[in-house]
Amino acid sequence: MSSGAAAAVAPRGRRPPWLLLVAATLVALAAVLPLAYLALRALSADAEARALTPAATVLELVADTALLAGGVLVAALLVGVPYAWLVVRTDLPGRRLWGLAASLPLVVPSFVAALALLGALAPRGLVQRALGPLGVERLPDLDGYWGATLALTLSTYPYVFLLAASALRSVDPSAEEAARGLGSGTVGVFARVTLPSLRPALAAASLLVTLYVLSDFGAVSLMGYETLTTAVYVRYESLLALDSAAILALVLVALAVVLVLVASRLRLRGAIYRATPGAGRQARLVRLGHWRWPALGFCALVTGLFLVLPLAVLVSWSLEADPIVGRAGVAWAAAARSTAVAGLAALVAALIVLPAAVLAWRYPSPLTRLLERVTLFPSALPGIAVALALVFFGSRAGSIVYQSLGLLLAAYVLRFMPYALASTRASLDAINPHLEEAARSLGRRPTGAVVSVVLPLARSGILAGAALVFLSTIKELPVTLLLRPIGFETLATEIWKGTAVGAYSEVAPSALALIAIAAPFVYLLSWRNAWELGAAD
Amino acid sequence: MTKRITAVLFAALLGALALVSGATPAPTQSTTLTIYSGRDERLVKPIMDRFTRETGIQLNVRYAPSAALATALVEEGRNSPADVFWSQEPGTLGLVAARGLLARLPQATVGKVPPRFSTRSRRWVGTSARSRVLVYNTRELTASQLPTSVWNLVDPRWKGKIGIAPTNASFQAFLGATIHLYGEERVRSWLRGLEANDVRLYPNNTSIVQAVGRGDVLVGLVNHYYLYNVLADTPGLPVRNHWFRDGDPGNLVLAAGAGIVASTTKPAQAQRFVDFLLSKWAQRFIARGPGAAEYPLIKGVPRRPGLPALADIKGPKYPLGRLAADIGPAVRLLLEEGLIK
Repeated sequence: MSSGAAAAVAPRGRRPPWLLLVAATLVALAAVLPLAYLALRALSADAEARALTPAATVLELVADTALLAGGVLVAALLVGVPYAWLVVRTDLPGRRLWGLAASLPLVVPSFVAALALLGALAPRGLVQRALGPLGVERLPDLDGYWGATLALTLSTYPYVFLLAASALRSVDPSAEEAARGLGSGTVGVFARVTLPSLRPALAAASLLVTLYVLSDFGAVSLMGYETLTTAVYVRYESLLALDSAAILALVLVALAVVLVLVASRLRLRGAIYRATPGAGRQARLVRLGHWRWPALGFCALVTGLFLVLPLAVLVSWSLEADPIVGRAGVAWAAAARSTAVAGLAALVAALIVLPAAVLAWRYPSPLTRLLERVTLFPSALPGIAVALALVFFGSRAGSIVYQSLGLLLAAYVLRFMPYALASTRASLDAINPHLEEAARSLGRRPTGAVVSVVLPLARSGILAGAALVFLSTIKELPVTLLLRPIGFETLATEIWKGTAVGAYSEVAPSALALIAIAAPFVYLLSWRNAWELGAAD
Repeated sequence: MTKRITAVLFAALLGALALVSGATPAPTQSTTLTIYSGRDERLVKPIMDRFTRETGIQLNVRYAPSAALATALVEEGRNSPADVFWSQEPGTLGLVAARGLLARLPQATVGKVPPRFSTRSRRWVGTSARSRVLVYNTRELTASQLPTSVWNLVDPRWKGKIGIAPTNASFQAFLGATIHLYGEERVRSWLRGLEANDVRLYPNNTSIVQAVGRGDVLVGLVNHYYLYNVLADTPGLPVRNHWFRDGDPGNLVLAAGAGIVASTTKPAQAQRFVDFLLSKWAQRFIARGPGAAEYPLIKGVPRRPGLPALADIKGPKYPLGRLAADIGPAVRLLLEEGLIK
């Protein structure tokens, strides 16, 4: 995070308002509470729980999870980086439209993606039915490792695309021109200059992608591929295996923390810096010439497979579903609940990260930096781990807390507030601190100055952060499954319940509704915010 | 501009609160019972609705797998919001009862069902019976080609053609009973034989029946009534039930059952609910409702046409009260053999 500029002009020796400190400390404590609870439970597990968690199984699960994360990462990079380069750096026809198409899969929850891909590409899915007249009797099985990889690539390549595109825009063209002047061709320049200068962005994107895979529950379950997350869930649903679930959840958290550490190393090494300060100059677009046909084919293939095909499956199922039976159709009550609870989570998250954001921006010190980092920490926590910790907490706390809407909301906020913090922090960094000082010299009190001058300027960042929390919440599955109050079905859980009994076409209208509700929020997320999100940890 | 955004956000918050609070049932009302149901919502929702219509008692139902609910009951202890536990499977009931979390039922309730579908301590009562079966694809196989014992599924000719659901409570109950009857090592080598036969793992019984119908696998181990449930949605699917030879562990007869949670503050209403499950209407619905085909347990309610009589299904001799002790070893075995990860 580039807090250097703010630090340089921040007044030294001024004490931060204690109210902000207390608020930020409480939020930071809440951020680590689930982990503490989980660790206590896992470490106090008895011999029987350890018997349900044989070392060989743990190792196998870690290996399988890592294998999937690696596969998805490679696939997402192979799709996202060339796509971004084509959209940002070449004269590809219709590049803006292609760019939009590449970011849209962000609104598709992973379990809906898996569902739709299964519907299209299963041995006797829609594609086979279309190819049937050509003599294609059945397609190869789409499940297990490759199925999960495909579905999660759909869900994650937009992150790679967005971060790579953003970084490509800000690469200093003079380095590339120098390389070209020294005799490198287009490919050589890309490999030797462009790609290395993308390193920080790609490290951030890789972290996002791998954390997503670790956290994913829906797609891997539908594809029948076991990871640490599904293993935690299986134990949660098994007879008296909660301690064993806690142990595996802790292993999962440890794996996520390792990823964060590796990514932060990668980001710092071998960066290529801008040679010239000040506003960037756009690089000249590469003329594709005849290459534009294969380039268009590539973009069409990606968009077709990851956007058009899944949507087509959902639409065709929706039309196929028989409304007379009364089971098909959008679950409107669930849609209202999803929207309401996601809206509340977004609002609360946006508000409670403000103290930490303002402190880190205006009063940089080891303490405020620590508070900020701790509040960002849950972005590395897989959802199932947060949910399990709160199940332990809730069932001990009694019926007021347990299975209450408050606990579900708290889980969403805890899990996704890092997005709000990163986004808010990024927009604060762009504000000149002298503005706030001016307000104070004109008689505003410190808090008044922040509220009346600073926050309005940071509005776009705060809103974008809230949008990201909304989007993440409405797509969320495992936390919702474990913590929802009795009878509180959201769109995600309704869809999930339908898939459990194979009623794919019945839930298709609800899946489309979920996508429709989420779609506008992608527009609220600027490219810069996506970048800051990646750079947050 | 900022004011307007704030106002809009605030209005949205209020609206959201109203929506959410309206959508959540209030659990504190004295006329509301909380039911933990391991039975699938799609199968039993009409029973719940009918109970509310008849008694005016509102139901707050948490639908989840029986094992998850049993675990939750143990975890919650005296804090549990549940009044009644309606389970798919007797082992989970027995386990919860063994921890003192289920109240004793009156003899009048337990006496409505045959003695083998309850226990002497009367902590739970069976609400329907079901049999373990092998479902098979009738397009690819004829009845004469089917194995006469569940042990024979390790024969190489079934390679790649079998589906099981290792996380399913009924499968685990079958495995637990079999471990009790035949010893752990025999069951372990059977599971290894299945693995060597590339057994396919499914999340639940429904997906096995569907997979057999599609021909993804040709046979699968499930409870007998899932076939009828799936056929109700997709008539004409080429699937049928097959029973193994008499006394085979693969024919184990199990029960769904209900118990009253000891910490309930509404024992009378909870009792009413359990009795309702054993009423003629509910038993008839469980036996012959749309897509239903379980065995009713009270006298005077006929089974679904086309099913063999319950007395004619010869499963292994095994008291269901033992399952609470036997299901743990089954789960551990499945974990050790990597069938559950």
